[in-house]
Amino acid sequence: MPEGLSAWQLVVSGDPALYAIVRLSLMVSLLAVGLGALIGLPLGGLIALVRFPGRGALIVVINAMMGLPPVVVGLLVFLLLSRSGPLGSFGLLFTPTAMVIAQAVLIAPIIAALTRQIVEDLWLEYRDELQAMGVPPLQRLATLLYDARISLVTALLAGFGRAAAEVGAVMIVGGNIANHTRTMTTAIALETSKGDLPLAMGLGMVLIFIVLAVNASAWGLRVFAEKRIG
Amino acid sequence: MALFRTIAAAAFSLALIQPSLAQEKSIVVASTTSTQDSGLFNHLLPLFKAKSGIEVKVIAQGTGQALDTARRGDADVVFVHAKSAEEKFLAEGFGVKRFDVMYNDFVLIGPAADPAGIAGGKDIVAALKTVSAKQAPFVSRGDKSGTHVAELALWKEASLDPAGAKPGWYREIGQGMGAALNTAKAMGAYVLSDRGTWLSFKGKEGLAIVVEGDARLFNQYGVMLVNPDRHKHVKAKEGQAFVDYLISAEGQRDIAAYRIEGQQLFFPNAAK
Amino acid sequence: MRELPLLFDSVGVSIGATPLLTDLSLTLNAGAPTLVIGPNGAGKSTLLRLAMGLIAPTRGRVTWGGHQDPAPRRRAMVFQRPVMLRRSALQNVTYALEQAGVAKETIETRASALLAQVGLQDIAHRPARRLSGGEQQRLALARALARDPELLILDEPTASLDPAATRAVEDIIAQAADSGIKILMASHDLGQVRRLAGEVIFLSHGRLREHSAAQMFFENPKTPLAQAFLRGDIVLET
Repeated sequence: MPEGLSAWQLVVSGDPALYAIVRLSLMVSLLAVGLGALIGLPLGGLIALVRFPGRGALIVVINAMMGLPPVVVGLLVFLLLSRSGPLGSFGLLFTPTAMVIAQAVLIAPIIAALTRQIVEDLWLEYRDELQAMGVPPLQRLATLLYDARISLVTALLAGFGRAAAEVGAVMIVGGNIANHTRTMTTAIALETSKGDLPLAMGLGMVLIFIVLAVNASAWGLRVFAEKRIG
Repeated sequence: MALFRTIAAAAFSLALIQPSLAQEKSIVVASTTSTQDSGLFNHLLPLFKAKSGIEVKVIAQGTGQALDTARRGDADVVFVHAKSAEEKFLAEGFGVKRFDVMYNDFVLIGPAADPAGIAGGKDIVAALKTVSAKQAPFVSRGDKSGTHVAELALWKEASLDPAGAKPGWYREIGQGMGAALNTAKAMGAYVLSDRGTWLSFKGKEGLAIVVEGDARLFNQYGVMLVNPDRHKHVKAKEGQAFVDYLISAEGQRDIAAYRIEGQQLFFPNAAK
Repeated sequence: MRELPLLFDSVGVSIGATPLLTDLSLTLNAGAPTLVIGPNGAGKSTLLRLAMGLIAPTRGRVTWGGHQDPAPRRRAMVFQRPVMLRRSALQNVTYALEQAGVAKETIETRASALLAQVGLQDIAHRPARRLSGGEQQRLALARALARDPELLILDEPTASLDPAATRAVEDIIAQAADSGIKILMASHDLGQVRRLAGEVIFLSHGRLREHSAAQMFFENPKTPLAQAFLRGDIVLET
């Protein structure tokens, strides 16, 4: 980014470096939400529907994992993906893919925990009806996830919020490489350390605005869907 | 089926955000916060890319961490400034050969009010002794970076060991150079900084250089290709090209040409 | 496999120490609708849930066409407050058809026919949860009929409906019964029982008190409890 410009000027002037950072942040966080959902939705749903030994312990663990410090997750993924780690041969460290993986690990527990709650509540309502229709267990899970879709958007948003806001994990596994793995949050950390607090703050405002915009559109979607679906 | 499509779409999108995988030659360089925060890389890397077609991805860390990153095989080249640590790295067999590239110098930064009364001095060791005697606040990087190593060596020359004794006025923050300057400013403390980061630092108000120009403040940068015998995926050809560029006449000229506010930050001194 | 005859053999259900149904034996064959009546808490819903296989008896056993597997094949149930899936009316029906294992190619035609049968063809694409109570109950009937049931179980399906909606629902039930579907239905509305029932099961306090042809039950109830119930007295255990 050019020197001596305020973040606001960068936004207004459509600074390509800034937009590349915003785009990467969004891509990484959205893909992480996708990957986290792929894990968290079925996992949360299964825990809601299936009674098995150790279920209570698993719920406690997942709830606790919602509060995992991003740096710890970052370190863990770093050690896994490092050339000297078990998955080193893929050469993923310091790539956007590594950041997606780390953030997915961070938010899968959030999505799983919220999904469990939502699906469990809906299951109470649907149980008799689905049994009477002779719906087999896996289909029940699919039906409940589908019918809870509006509420589940909230779970995904919670995951997105955490992914977009965290800096510890992406910093460690992404390396904050200019034009490559630099996201909004790592750029903010960098500008702060360079003493350019106004630019850091400006970038922060942009981030807040993006998170707000994503939530607003999700809210709009929700209102629209509730009208449509009831 | 829907699930399969989702996974396929996710994989495809991943490929999208990783263009460098396919069509670009690129290397990872583990370097220090001082080279990045000073803006040197923003100046050099486009020049190198135009010449060689190789994209350089810089991970800016403290020198100790940068060397560890290279030890793990997560970088192709290390470009750092702590000669003793670099020589240890070489001796362990992780590097191929070390080349001097350039030096810059450290400066002692302090509050404009100068509570220890050392401003304008040329003797860094004497200045540190005074800071200690007056128990003026001092911020240390505390992160095993090149600057931290240099700072500890200076204390040793002053026959003092605040890092071991941990008096209240000596504060180790375990962060990068910029963060250390921010902290020193907030605490009204002294701090050792490389000149490049200081010059490009945006929040200078209230801080000033108090000691500079002592020969003991010179700071040598070295570059090494990570040993492909230790990590066979190291991109030896591209990495070596970057090393060769830095120590070439052209690269040395480019380094000398980088200035902030008219001041030259790095002084090339590769062996001819 | 067939669902009928439905057989209750000395069935008891308790929750903890509280008995809901005690030593109940009955056989249900194809034929005119069977209406289950009795005061609140008599065990009507428990009986229906057993018949549907939603709960297992604590004692005794329930069999359908001679087999004991509770998985519903050609049974369907309509609840007092049916749960509408969060989809359109049409999709509620297609979902039920899919679950009943109807061939994909015929689902669309069958769904339209079912909606027409319950008079909802014009609002097929409305979200089910936005329908009125009467429309929801008709949709629940369409969903149940989608299973091509041999035995259709209904738990007070008109309890919260206004007279016009009640009428519409009763018509559908009567039509289903005429087409040969065995109806097992709980009701608290004696007029409705008179209109629909071929036979009556009278329960009180978790016990089967009478199981007889409807006409006989209304004209000549055998037990004092049933007599009191028909008079409109509050029926207490004697």
